[in-house]
Amino acid sequence: MKKIRNFCIIAHIDHGKSTLADRLLEHTKTISERDMQNQVLDDMDLEREKGITIKSKAIQITYNYKGEDYTYNLIDTPGHVDFSYEVSRALAACEGALLLVDASQGIQAQTISNLYLAIDNDLEIIPVINKVDMDGAMIPEVTDQIVDLIGCKPEDIILASGKSGIGIEDILQAIAERVPAPAGSPDLPTQALIFDSVFNPFRGIIVYFRVLNGSIRKGDKVKFINTGKEYEADEVGSLGLGLIPRKEILTGDVGYIITGIKNAREVKVGDTITLVSNPSTEAIRGFEDVKPMVFAGIFPVSSDDFEELRDCMEKLQLNDASLTFEPETSQALGFGFRCGFLGMLHMEIIQERLEREFNQTVITTVPNVSFHAYTTREKDVKIIVNNPSEMPEPSRLDRVEEPFIRAQIITLPDYIGNIMSLCLNKRGILVNQNYLTPTRVELIFEMPLAEIVFDFYDKLKSSTRGYASFDYHPLDYRLSDITKMDILLNGEQVDALSALIHRSRAHDFGRKLCEKLKELLPRQQFMIAIQAAIGAKIVARETISAMRKDVTAKCYGGDISRKRKLLEKQKEGKKRMRQIGSVEVPQEAFLAVLKLND
Amino acid sequence: MPGIYIHIPFCKQRCNYCNFHFSTQLQHTASFIDALKVEMALQRHYLPPGSVKTLYVGGGTPSILTPGQVRDIFSSLEATLEVDIRNMEEVTFEVNPDDISEAYLRELKDAGVKRLSIGIQSFKEADLRFMHRAHTMEQSQYAIEAAVSSGFDNVSIDLIYGIPGLSHEEWVAHIEKAVRFGITHISAYALTVEPRTLLEQQVRHQKVPPLDEEQAAVQFELLVRTLAAHGYEQYEISNFALPGHYAIHNTNYWKKEWYLGLGPSAHSFNGSSRQWNIANNALYSGSLLQRGKLQHETEQLTEADNWNEYVMTGIRTMWGLDLQYMNAHFRESFLEQLMKDIVPLQEKGWLESTSERIVLTLEGKLYADRIAGMLFV
Repeated sequence: MKKIRNFCIIAHIDHGKSTLADRLLEHTKTISERDMQNQVLDDMDLEREKGITIKSKAIQITYNYKGEDYTYNLIDTPGHVDFSYEVSRALAACEGALLLVDASQGIQAQTISNLYLAIDNDLEIIPVINKVDMDGAMIPEVTDQIVDLIGCKPEDIILASGKSGIGIEDILQAIAERVPAPAGSPDLPTQALIFDSVFNPFRGIIVYFRVLNGSIRKGDKVKFINTGKEYEADEVGSLGLGLIPRKEILTGDVGYIITGIKNAREVKVGDTITLVSNPSTEAIRGFEDVKPMVFAGIFPVSSDDFEELRDCMEKLQLNDASLTFEPETSQALGFGFRCGFLGMLHMEIIQERLEREFNQTVITTVPNVSFHAYTTREKDVKIIVNNPSEMPEPSRLDRVEEPFIRAQIITLPDYIGNIMSLCLNKRGILVNQNYLTPTRVELIFEMPLAEIVFDFYDKLKSSTRGYASFDYHPLDYRLSDITKMDILLNGEQVDALSALIHRSRAHDFGRKLCEKLKELLPRQQFMIAIQAAIGAKIVARETISAMRKDVTAKCYGGDISRKRKLLEKQKEGKKRMRQIGSVEVPQEAFLAVLKLND
Repeated sequence: MPGIYIHIPFCKQRCNYCNFHFSTQLQHTASFIDALKVEMALQRHYLPPGSVKTLYVGGGTPSILTPGQVRDIFSSLEATLEVDIRNMEEVTFEVNPDDISEAYLRELKDAGVKRLSIGIQSFKEADLRFMHRAHTMEQSQYAIEAAVSSGFDNVSIDLIYGIPGLSHEEWVAHIEKAVRFGITHISAYALTVEPRTLLEQQVRHQKVPPLDEEQAAVQFELLVRTLAAHGYEQYEISNFALPGHYAIHNTNYWKKEWYLGLGPSAHSFNGSSRQWNIANNALYSGSLLQRGKLQHETEQLTEADNWNEYVMTGIRTMWGLDLQYMNAHFRESFLEQLMKDIVPLQEKGWLESTSERIVLTLEGKLYADRIAGMLFV
């Protein structure tokens, strides 16, 4: 146990975490160069494409330090605001963290909030400045920032480059020297923290855990304390590049367990595994049932595919327990699911995974946050509104509350003005402004979550040329003047396009939404009227003229392939359309609200 | 009946709507012809020996070639591909009105050309200037007269409608003028904004108003009715002919016949795959002349690709989709799906079907692309 080191890497997106992880694996010959695929830890296609880590993974490294073999467990953490609970559980499984900061970009908000999480979990922080060999590296400035932030000595900071391999050996040594060995006891009743799980179509659910006390052997009867369920450990092992079965996973170590669980809902990240024979009565603290922040409907394009979609959602939930869903019925879209996501990125990822991994074509509706509504009849009974259709009629409505968040933005002083006007425009309230260093300002706002959900992040990036980082945490619910906006196509209300919105925004929003729909709805052989309404009052209208012809009437000779491909593409697009009344509505239209221009 | 297409990739100037491949660097014509000969040698086995029945020389502007160059190309073709141009069923040559004289046309006839396709486009001077055509209205008129007097009895002209400012009356007058000239074949196209054209830029920079779809739709209907009244058959959406004067070569494109395309950007088809040459004169010629290599891309067609192509091109013709042909060439499930897919289209009045074929109605012709897509597999 003295030679086990459990650590993670805290970094902002693009600060080179995956590349650095690759170098550590390569340097310790954990994987042969032949197997080396850049960013081995990110094995979902999506992750590699988006350059972010979605699901945390773990890998075991053997490192020879001063003639003795050490076991390093590198636990990878997601690096996006949507996934902060998963990050917190991954951190709870570690004793140390590499704080990785890009030499040319300095510290970002995401890094800071994860760093605070790490410090809360008593992790030993090893600061690393990465990409030191790049043009534009500002090593002295970044060194100062780090010293200011964590109070370390400048000489504690390791200079590294994941690309060229500078500093890799220093990092590996520092892990042995500075990260404490696990502190648990082999004699206490077993407690192991679940920090992740993945679904394997052949093996069922593979649960990743970190043993705090005791041990888990193959064949043990185990119990998950929070869910109360019991299983037999069919297989336990360590996490190499693949699964490496072992007889036993000892105190302090990281491993996996396979118990034949088929349903992910039985496995909750943050839960505690113990032994039935000598159970620990105490769960490891910090467990939360993750609460979704953003809700949207997901519907199959063809209503016949509802059961298939359910099956896929269940499978997706197997390795993403933070996804919640329940059946929903829409007049426009038929049977589907009201899904809860951790945030907008999470929603995008789920949609893309459904399409790529499960080959489902789905329609996602306008996302909204969860409101609290109270009726005049029962003024104290809270109604949770996750769907515009659940909002009580205006005549019965007493009041509505909406969730607020605490937004932390770190930027350069030059952009304070832009950020202020952006956030104030989004109904934000500035609560604090704090110079972290002379060139780094931290702004704290309290803002409605609903304003973050739409295009806040893109707007923030564009109004600061990317020099702002952003993080948020839920605060509380506050009284708010929320109204329901409906969209009508040729007089027919499309429930899937309804949105809940602050009254001060409603007219403007309705007008922009109608304009956007006019762009997105394909022309048909008849005229289409698009109207936005609050209650019975029409607040905006656009018209799409009838299409008079759709025929290639030009010379195209022998070049038949190109024309065929064009029509095939159009046909593919049509598959994603939903017939509402007489109007064909493409998938993108349901998300039009996310792409409104100013 | 396989055919050969030769692409002459040169034009004197760029018409605003054209996105075909060509260059205005006419000084490279000679080296292009040399390269074309190398390509002929490389491709001499593409089509079954002795099978070729049609030849079509298009472009670009084939009439920038001198009669000597035409004879040179034809004789190389005959020698290399072992074809007999004089005995072909159809030998079409595209000409622009500004290039031709009676003498030139006689020389073409001597060389074996049997059918002329004249790029008239419009009988209105303002339209010609708008489209940046190289010829004038007088030259249009003269070209047709010269074609007739030099002995061509099989003449096709191209006309364009939907041009900004072209009134319905003017359009009908253009059609009737063509009829009076005794033209046996008319290809009539709607002005279309294609990517990478001058017209696209003009519309984007608001120098030209966006094209009026209503105008084009009405003029299409006028076209169909006017020519029908004069006995022309609309044997394809954009092609009209007096009985028996269908363009054989072009019709074969729609019937999945084989063809060999020579020259940059030309497409070939051999039943199972399509290939197309690089659309760049310098690279085309350079590669053939220096390395003896043809730069091209190939696409293997799946059964579904073949089906979709047949549907897309076949539905546009007056022969429609030939159910017997489809039965013989495609799996049953495709046909079963087709029978389901046509039901709503028939209800809309866009299609008519018999036990033998499925054809578009006049209204259906206005939505041919959408309909084809709906019948794809």
